[in-house]
Amino acid sequence: MITLRGVTKRFGDQVVLDGLDLDLADGGATAVMGANGSGKTTLGRLLLGLAAPDAGTVTVPAGLRRAAVFQEDRLCEQLTAVGNVRLVLDRSVRARAVHDELRRVGLDHDSLAKPVRDLSGGQRRRVVLVRGLMAEADLVVLDEPFTGLDVDAKVLALEYVRERCAGRTTLLITHDVADATFLGARVVRLGAAPRSGADGSEWAPPAQAAREAAPPSPHAPPLTTGNVT
Amino acid sequence: MRPALVTVFWLAVWQVVSVAVDQEIFLVSPVGVVVRLAELVGTTDFWGTVGHSLVRIAAGFLAAALVGALAATLAAASSVVDALLSPLVTAVRSTPVVSFIILVLVWAGSSRLAFVISFLMVVPIMFTTVREGIRHRDAGLLDVARVFRVPLLRRLPAIDVPAVLPFFIAGCQVGIGLAWKSGIAAEVIGLPQGSIGEQLYQAKIFLSTADLFAWTVVIVAVSYTFERVVLLLLRRFERQLALGGAA
Repeated sequence: MITLRGVTKRFGDQVVLDGLDLDLADGGATAVMGANGSGKTTLGRLLLGLAAPDAGTVTVPAGLRRAAVFQEDRLCEQLTAVGNVRLVLDRSVRARAVHDELRRVGLDHDSLAKPVRDLSGGQRRRVVLVRGLMAEADLVVLDEPFTGLDVDAKVLALEYVRERCAGRTTLLITHDVADATFLGARVVRLGAAPRSGADGSEWAPPAQAAREAAPPSPHAPPLTTGNVT
Repeated sequence: MRPALVTVFWLAVWQVVSVAVDQEIFLVSPVGVVVRLAELVGTTDFWGTVGHSLVRIAAGFLAAALVGALAATLAAASSVVDALLSPLVTAVRSTPVVSFIILVLVWAGSSRLAFVISFLMVVPIMFTTVREGIRHRDAGLLDVARVFRVPLLRRLPAIDVPAVLPFFIAGCQVGIGLAWKSGIAAEVIGLPQGSIGEQLYQAKIFLSTADLFAWTVVIVAVSYTFERVVLLLLRRFERQLALGGAA
């Protein structure tokens, strides 16, 4: 179980997460939705250990292995698709296995021989998916993983994600509720981030509203709402 | 306009001016320089002299590249080290080279002079450029390495070195020219026996502009060749890094 209690995260004067309580059950999928700036990506970074909360706690099991599909590609441009995926894998995983996995998500043989800087946006996205999902991990954070994929590629990618994330604790950050439904994820909505008023005045940070938007799956415990300030 | 034509044009201007001046002592003609150069190249002393300066200046540059890069790595990793080293580097960069030349002559003698001076002139450049390169690494890629726990030995050739190498190469391009200019200037003042600087000094004593120009051509040629070789090796290394990750 991964537990967030009273998690607050600020960037300067802006409160992005405000007293958030959230539980991620082992092996369950949770989809996080919300407007731009509502703290979805920040939540992902907290879970990945890339940021620390300003207040509250993020409790993860000892030795938790993490993997991520970031919102941006974040690929080593000079390496091939196979090189990029193997970079994050255990050395025991053979290049052949990576090659086969990349073919599964629709990359052709020719594109596998090129540095990723020569691939199209959709091809690069598929490399990023395979990199994030082939790695051994207990927690997978997927931050808008299907951005830039056409319809056919997205269908393949959704199937691939569903298969690869089965049995792993998964956090899906998305704007598309259909993706969450396809993956059988519990949906959590984060409240809007504070913004400056139209007259230039600062709004008081609204309460962090992490609301359950769908009935909890059998694996997932009920979600507690954030503290109201 | 083609570079060869530009070169021919300026050589022609030089020839015309030298004919007009008609004083070999003030301005030797290009033909005179080529004749003198041909005489020098035929002697065994010439190669010994070139080798003497080349070894010391090249060693000074290479040591500076290594030490500058290591110091930059430490400074990028620790703000304390950075705070300690930065003023030192600024001081070395701002100090006139002749002050160092005289100091090194007093402390170490003339035989190591070109090595120490070229080292001192290049270290600040390599330190600053490599530190910039380390600071400009892709934070997103470093996050990837952190999340997936990529071991350092695998991360370095895939993420760190490819990001820093263009900065290192730029530092080398500036540093090699400076190493030669400062190294030869140090030799002219310190007069280590059998060096190119000593030959330039002799040319001044005997008012031989043919020798002065011929040795200047040699310095430019050797410096340029050295720079080409270093850059060729670094670019080959860059390609190897990309190919190594393709497996």
